[in-house]
Amino acid sequence: MAALTLYPQSERLPRGERITFNLYMVSALLLFVLMMTLGLIMRMGQGLWLNVPPDLFYRILSMHGAGMVGTMSLATTAVMWFFLRKYVTLHLWAFLANYLLFLTGALIIIGAIFIGRYAGLWTFLYPLPTHPMGMWENSAAACFMVGYLFIGVGSLLFYLDAAAGIIARYGNFGRAMGLQWLFGGTIDPDHPKTVVAGTMVVIANSLGILAGAVVLVMYLVAIAYPGFTMNALYAKNLTYWFGHMYINAAIYMGVIAVYELLARYSGRPYAISRPFLWSWAASCVFVIIVFPHHLLMDYAQPRWVSVTGQVVSYLAGFPVFLVTVWGALNNIHRSGMRWTTPARLMILSLFGWAAGIVPAILDGTIGINRVMHNTQWVPGHFHFYLLLGVLPMVLALLYHVVGSRRGAAPDSAADRIGVPVYLVGGMVFALAFLDAGHMSVARRMSSHLPAWIMNDRVGAIGASLVLLAMLYFAARIIAGLLRAPSVESAANAAA
Amino acid sequence: MILQNLVWTIALTGMGLVALAFLYVIVNAGNRIDPAAQTAAQRRSAGLRKGLFWALVAVFIAASYVSLHRFPIPLQHAALDAAQVVDVQARQWSWQLSQPGQQPGAMLRLTSGSPVEFRVTSADVNHGFAIYAPNGRIAIQTQAMPGFTNKILHTFTEPGTYRVMCLEYCGLGHAPMVSAFEVAAATGG
Repeated sequence: MAALTLYPQSERLPRGERITFNLYMVSALLLFVLMMTLGLIMRMGQGLWLNVPPDLFYRILSMHGAGMVGTMSLATTAVMWFFLRKYVTLHLWAFLANYLLFLTGALIIIGAIFIGRYAGLWTFLYPLPTHPMGMWENSAAACFMVGYLFIGVGSLLFYLDAAAGIIARYGNFGRAMGLQWLFGGTIDPDHPKTVVAGTMVVIANSLGILAGAVVLVMYLVAIAYPGFTMNALYAKNLTYWFGHMYINAAIYMGVIAVYELLARYSGRPYAISRPFLWSWAASCVFVIIVFPHHLLMDYAQPRWVSVTGQVVSYLAGFPVFLVTVWGALNNIHRSGMRWTTPARLMILSLFGWAAGIVPAILDGTIGINRVMHNTQWVPGHFHFYLLLGVLPMVLALLYHVVGSRRGAAPDSAADRIGVPVYLVGGMVFALAFLDAGHMSVARRMSSHLPAWIMNDRVGAIGASLVLLAMLYFAARIIAGLLRAPSVESAANAAA
Repeated sequence: MILQNLVWTIALTGMGLVALAFLYVIVNAGNRIDPAAQTAAQRRSAGLRKGLFWALVAVFIAASYVSLHRFPIPLQHAALDAAQVVDVQARQWSWQLSQPGQQPGAMLRLTSGSPVEFRVTSADVNHGFAIYAPNGRIAIQTQAMPGFTNKILHTFTEPGTYRVMCLEYCGLGHAPMVSAFEVAAATGG
């Protein structure tokens, strides 16, 4: 088993890698701040603290959704790359190409929204993008789709490179995921958790992106040939198959940071185990087949598909609670944990993920979905595990990297204040959504009923706190990332 | 108890239990134990995890049975034989609700206590057909989708004015896409 060195030599970034990693993360941090600002504007608009006209609101909503999902994926891709490159050969050109294609796609999407006035949301449900009632032109919808395709091609390129590296090192995906040890045999204690999780992401998200590409290309055909129509339910299934796996892949890429770093801060080995391998094998299947829980209110779906959506939603909680969260808490318990900022962010991320999936699992119940679907219950649970779960995983790695460049884990007074401000703000923000959801407040509406406005205002206050903390984190981390590695940290890493 | 309140209570309880588990571990994280005690603690942890696994399996089976043994969605390809039928057509950005034989434009009037079949479709894009009860909570919903008819079977228990809202984003006029209908108390009983 690898020694618990805080900043191992194998994680040092040569110049080209460091510049590319910095490009990813600085871009992601700036985008997170911008997208959070857009989110705050929407909540203030709903709470009547700002005048946000409906057409602008829906463009902001489209930008916020596409931007947050894309940025989450960008940042967690960098997390996966940072650790996976220690175990398999990854080519810098593929990592850089993904970044450049993401940037190109993002610029096209921004143009489609703020110049072309596209407001068909990040889920682009057929046939709304081609049926805007004068709100935008078909050319803007086409640009939005093309922007997505650029981003998808970039991700696929990165995954293909990762797949090639994994197969070259382990022979096939099954061995990389440790399937040979599911029913017996001695597990190699040095088999990296990162490789298990990374392989699962490569398999699942490649399928999801291909499904997304199919529906995006069909849209482009529909725009070019207006007589061409799609089956709306078929298109919706493809869209959610893509969307669900794309955002869940971000969670699975992000948690790699916890698997890699937690033991270094607790000082206690965090061993790979048979339950761990089972959980990732099961999660790989679950994430591919669970997406029908997004379509429980489409009664035209066959019953068995909806039942699959519900049952697999329940089962998907098992690996999270019983393996990742239990294992992590077990690792921390009475470990003599070093409570520096990366450690605080890691425990926050695990809490956000675990607590956030409770309302998510409930929402996957058909009978409950009948009264909760498309209410603010939905942004309530996904903000919980993305804002309080995945983003802190990314921040934990970044604080760790900043520490590695100084030779010590960052833990200033401002850092110690920043984490609780972020936690409290995030909790207020997400719980305001959940509370509104249980009161049947509809999501995605530019204007709200008078009875709903107090809740919007509470949410806006929470969002303000999150944004404040995130502004600090972004400034602190960007300044840290842009510092060249010091002589001391290099010596420390080599020790 | 209103279903939404029950769900909210379960969610808060579940999230609270998660928070308590984290607080317990955080409070105890700083005191490092020796390797022998650690081995014993690992054994206890494995036992606890096994217990939690079986508890979750029991919850999973019970919740699946309770929520699915009477399937919450009516058969879509069979006659529902409801005494009251409403055809619903959504379009950007209005609702058209009508009963067979009803004069065009007439206000919909339904009666509580007997099932109503809503046949919901869309003339253009996806919409969400949600019925809000007089208490402001969603009573039931389905998607309104072009090319498909989704059927709801619902029995109103409270008379009053019910509001219809669109719960699937459908463009600029999404928020004001509302309608309403009356449910009268059942007569003769």
